[in-house]
Amino acid sequence: MNISFVNLVYLLSAVLFILGIKGLTKPKTAVRGNTLSALAMLIAVAITLFDHHIVSFELIVLGMVLGAAVGALMAVKVQMTAMPQMVALLNGFGGGASFGLAASQYLLTLERTGFGGAPAEIIGVFFITATVLIGALTLSGSLVAFAKLQELISGKPIGFVGMKFLNGALFVAALALIALLCVNPDNQTLFWALAAVAIALGLTLVLPIGGADMPVVISLLNSYSGIAAAAAGFIMGNTVLIVTGSLVGASGIILTRIMCVAMNRSLTNVLFGVMGAGSGPAIDEDEFYAGKVKSAQPEEIAMILETASRVVIVPGFGMAMSQAQHAVRELADVLEGRGCEVEYAIHPVAGRMPGHMNVLLAEAEVPYDKLVEMDRINPTFDQTDVVIVIGANDVVNPMAREDKGSPIYGMPILNVDKAKTVVVIKRSLGSGFAGLPNPLFAKDNTLMVFGDGKKAVIDITASLDLAD
Amino acid sequence: MDMTTLVLLLALFVLALFLGVELITKVPPTLHTPLMSGTNAISGITLVGALVAAGADSHNLLINALGFAAVVLATLNVVGGYLVTNRMLAMFKKKG
Repeated sequence: MNISFVNLVYLLSAVLFILGIKGLTKPKTAVRGNTLSALAMLIAVAITLFDHHIVSFELIVLGMVLGAAVGALMAVKVQMTAMPQMVALLNGFGGGASFGLAASQYLLTLERTGFGGAPAEIIGVFFITATVLIGALTLSGSLVAFAKLQELISGKPIGFVGMKFLNGALFVAALALIALLCVNPDNQTLFWALAAVAIALGLTLVLPIGGADMPVVISLLNSYSGIAAAAAGFIMGNTVLIVTGSLVGASGIILTRIMCVAMNRSLTNVLFGVMGAGSGPAIDEDEFYAGKVKSAQPEEIAMILETASRVVIVPGFGMAMSQAQHAVRELADVLEGRGCEVEYAIHPVAGRMPGHMNVLLAEAEVPYDKLVEMDRINPTFDQTDVVIVIGANDVVNPMAREDKGSPIYGMPILNVDKAKTVVVIKRSLGSGFAGLPNPLFAKDNTLMVFGDGKKAVIDITASLDLAD
Repeated sequence: MDMTTLVLLLALFVLALFLGVELITKVPPTLHTPLMSGTNAISGITLVGALVAAGADSHNLLINALGFAAVVLATLNVVGGYLVTNRMLAMFKKKG
């Protein structure tokens, strides 16, 4: 088929991708946007099948059937609480696909013509090696992220103090191998060494990163999977790959930045900071909380809620862990039935990925206009009767606002302590990811309900129902 | 690839990056998870390149295996990504 015609169709497909992403900017048009983008994909794939370079279809059909079957199965089976793992895995597959594509193109060129020394061929080798580096590290890094989120390995940072030097050395080695390959493209040993270094780099970059920093890492790997696709587009000279790959790359970068701002940390600090610094003087938690913490039974909480006219619910990763989203919504229903106003306060880094809490609450059929962002809900806390914090810790820690010496000082938080009463549902007084005690738990207006999140919420709802 | 093509493709790449930044900044936090899974599906566009790689009909087993793996992974990305995004987006409802 005529190459100009194919490129025109690719242009059409790129436009549909852009309109599709534009649709995602509003909940109302989001479903249509996603459909448009799927249509764009269908068009791009269909026209490619007419490419004259394709001479055999067996592997293609087999591969697509297998991939589609597994992909559909995963998409239908996955639980909403497991969405971060799913996204991590998909990021990895994207990187892996680009890696496989680049490696097969490299070997194919060797087999057919070999690489000459012309500038055009050096450019080709450069993009092949760049794709191998980004694709392979996205693959291995995402698999580590998946293993951590799925709790196949510990969610705690894994590594040693000098780890960043190892990362630095691996990165320099990768760049050196790329340079060597540009000069000496026929050397297969160098090529596989590069692939090995890239895979190792993915492992050592993600292993030292702990659970609560996962939103940043997943966003970053999302960006890499897009950039790998764009780099692959340079290998194939394919415009639609370049355009869509860079759109995805940009998306991941923006999400990464939003997550970093929400934690008041730089990207470098998230990636390399955790293993380095011993985090300040340890605070004795028993002494910190001694005699100041008031715990309450669900029935007592129900009594307080009876007279409340405005309640704000603050969900965190703990809500996902105990699958409490439906129970939370039922409590909100009962409260609203009594004429109480209920809203949800969503911190940008609550949970394990951007928007994690929103998806869980949407699953429980909470209308999305009840989910309020941090900046908009913070001014309303002093007119709020009761705040219910369920499974969140660091994002409501007043130390971030008040204690200049604290490692989390400056991180924007939800100012729940301004409310008349704060109810914290939690398993224990144990510290959150930052490893800090939370002065909120010891405040005069705070009541702790110890136990499983889901059970506690159900008990409160039951007591509230009995009150009438 | 000659220099002229390279420069053209680079221009495309840079402009698309800027467009991406402008578009994505407008996505509300509520939709960040579907945005991620949706862009995941989009990055499966590698499939377009993978098809050419897998259809080359080489006699080298390794080349075929790599091309095949690329097709499987990219298709997985596309199908899994779009379906799961659709599933999530269908849940986002306004009150009433």
